[in-house]
Amino acid sequence: MATKPTPRVRVPAQVKPGEIFEIKTLISHEMESGQRKDSSGKVVPRKIINKFVAQFNGKTVFEADWNPAISANPYQSFFYKAVESGEFTFTWKDDDGSDYVSKNKLTVAA
Amino acid sequence: MVWNSIETTRREALGLASILGFAALLAPRMSFADEQTVAAEIKKLYGDKKLESGKIKLDVPEIAENGLVVPVNVEVESPMTDADYVKAVHVFADGNPLPGIVSYKFTPACGKASASTRMRLAQTQNIICVAEMSNGNLHMAKANVKVTIGGCGG
Repeated sequence: MATKPTPRVRVPAQVKPGEIFEIKTLISHEMESGQRKDSSGKVVPRKIINKFVAQFNGKTVFEADWNPAISANPYQSFFYKAVESGEFTFTWKDDDGSDYVSKNKLTVAA
Repeated sequence: MVWNSIETTRREALGLASILGFAALLAPRMSFADEQTVAAEIKKLYGDKKLESGKIKLDVPEIAENGLVVPVNVEVESPMTDADYVKAVHVFADGNPLPGIVSYKFTPACGKASASTRMRLAQTQNIICVAEMSNGNLHMAKANVKVTIGGCGG
């Protein structure tokens, strides 16, 4: 891979208590499916991010298991209901064992 | 056989028509094998449990021009409380080399059982979505996506 995968996350800076809001995430990754063949006819080995985990204050709130059918530069959005201020930890787990992490603060105020 | 030939008898014409009819019958059966794979995947997860319809809003484009990037949004109707929430959602495709697309695990903290991502589709096919509720009930939804350019590379 040419560049290190860079996660991009959009979390609203401030929300009201009880508000349900969308979190949008994107990470640059080629998501090599293991189905393609190179010019010599050899199968290009699979290398994808196989799991995305969202945690809030250390507690897992959402998980997605990705298969090779997920597009390159995978996008994932989901919802979260605001209760208290804290910090999100988003983790992307690569086939090669590496983790890509992004931390985002959330402020809950009336 | 020459189409405009005067020798084209009624019998020949009927024979040709039956061949064409047979081919038309065969076409949907070719994807049938893949439908079986998806059914097998669902069976692996949940056994022979009944799949109810309703509750799932599976949002995919009717026609995808580029099979490499097809948006897919799933929303399951649920109050998302500790007593009643959506535990998991699995998305499958019956015309890809591998049936699985994505599996979500929701918690009541989500507030809303909805998630979007983008997938690759090799050809025109059905998207099948199964949702598991916290009380063990299963729901299923299905949608067809017509793919103009397949997203398998190769």
